Amino acid sequence: MSNQKPKLALYWASSCGGCEIAVLGLHEKILDVAAAFEIVFWPCVMDFKYADVEAMEDGEIDVCFFNGAIRNDENAHLAHLLRQKSKVLVAFGSCAYGGSMPGLANFYTRDDVLRWVYFDSPSTDNPDGVVPQKRVDVPEGELRLPGFWDTVRTLAQVVPVDYFLPGCPPEVSSIEAAVNAIVSGELPPPGSVIGVDVTVCDECPREKHEKKIKRFYRPQEIIPDPNICLLEQGLFCAGIATRAGCGAKCPQVGFGCRGCYGPNEGVLDHGARILSGIASVLDADTEEEVEAILDTLPDPAGYFYRFHLPGSLLRRRGRTNGKRQPVGEAAVHEPA
Amino acid sequence: MSDNGTFTPVIVGFLCNWCSYRAADLAGTSRMGYPATLRDIRIMCTGRLDPTFVLRALQKGADGVLIMGCHPGQCHYQEGNYKAIRRFALLRRTLRQLGIEDERVQLHWASAAEGVRFAETVARMTEQIKQLGPLDWPRNWPNEDPYAVEEAVHE
Repeated sequence: MSNQKPKLALYWASSCGGCEIAVLGLHEKILDVAAAFEIVFWPCVMDFKYADVEAMEDGEIDVCFFNGAIRNDENAHLAHLLRQKSKVLVAFGSCAYGGSMPGLANFYTRDDVLRWVYFDSPSTDNPDGVVPQKRVDVPEGELRLPGFWDTVRTLAQVVPVDYFLPGCPPEVSSIEAAVNAIVSGELPPPGSVIGVDVTVCDECPREKHEKKIKRFYRPQEIIPDPNICLLEQGLFCAGIATRAGCGAKCPQVGFGCRGCYGPNEGVLDHGARILSGIASVLDADTEEEVEAILDTLPDPAGYFYRFHLPGSLLRRRGRTNGKRQPVGEAAVHEPA
Repeated sequence: MSDNGTFTPVIVGFLCNWCSYRAADLAGTSRMGYPATLRDIRIMCTGRLDPTFVLRALQKGADGVLIMGCHPGQCHYQEGNYKAIRRFALLRRTLRQLGIEDERVQLHWASAAEGVRFAETVARMTEQIKQLGPLDWPRNWPNEDPYAVEEAVHE
């Protein structure tokens, strides 16, 4: 490998691995990436150690694609480390950008999560009440685990981020656009989202009319008309307030947009934007009528903040009214 | 916000230009007494109220948000307050899921002639929020990052 090539790092923090698959989804173009970049760190597919990164000079990595949310000490350690070693840090995918699926844990507390996983879920068999500890002494020495956070954060809430590449996972065309922009040096101003600034509706071929609905349906309840806007048919769709770039793949196969590309430029809170749009299609003028329609839309906050709860203004569910729970060391879980 | 040990709530008010803001004016010019808890912001119509405004107020330290507009059927723009009814109902359900009590974000109507109603609404909501205590929203996410030099700023 030539040392003249720019150095590329890819890392996964709290994520599912889908972003890594998306990079491999470049198919034969992955060879172009390998030809254009020297890959210096990619734990998913090649054997690198954290010590390899620690040994690098500051700013030695030219571009780092960082996917995954930040939900424990290890994620944060690598976020700080890769920020220090990288000239350009890209929040890659919805988890790094807005929190996404791991970020839905912000509807709960750390205690809720640990209690469910280690005690209450039906598939758990844990008669000794074993829970993970940050450090355990065993005859062979001391064992450590990364501390598990109460609140999931986005990458930008932990370190400064240069560019954001949304998507769950980012579409191949979006990744190509980002790679091309970086290779050619034609990058938008730092802090930008790399992508287009229209909504999913602009890319969706379904026919759109005035939207007035009397109730919502869940996807399993109706077979939607293949040609008409899903929202008009009472199916929740976040496309009205979600950045395009995906080609409206989900609505085209009859499933409403979930919102994975996040908010458009200038929007402070993705969920509030979707909320506002969804409320405007309700065909009701009194509080009672509105409430009756909303009874057919279970879990509205889950719909609105599916991909952007940690990245939203309120970031998480609160702990008010005397129900605040301690966070930090004090909240290390005790067996129930 | 504590005053001599007693909690004085901060309520951000979004008042419509044509009815409720005039009701607030009437309450003032009529020398009606009500708690000085409201920080009122005039908007042209409750139909203009983006839910983002409410979330922003809560995130920035407000203990509650009071939205007031013209009575249904009396909107200066015909139907702006009906849009507010729909958005507010959905916002209230969303805020419940985020752990914010119904009393903290309220929607009420007051015509330009209803200064008394305006003053009573502010007084009642102030009492309700005093019972609930401070919201202090950013306290919900103390810094847990052992590697952080300082808290990252999120906008």
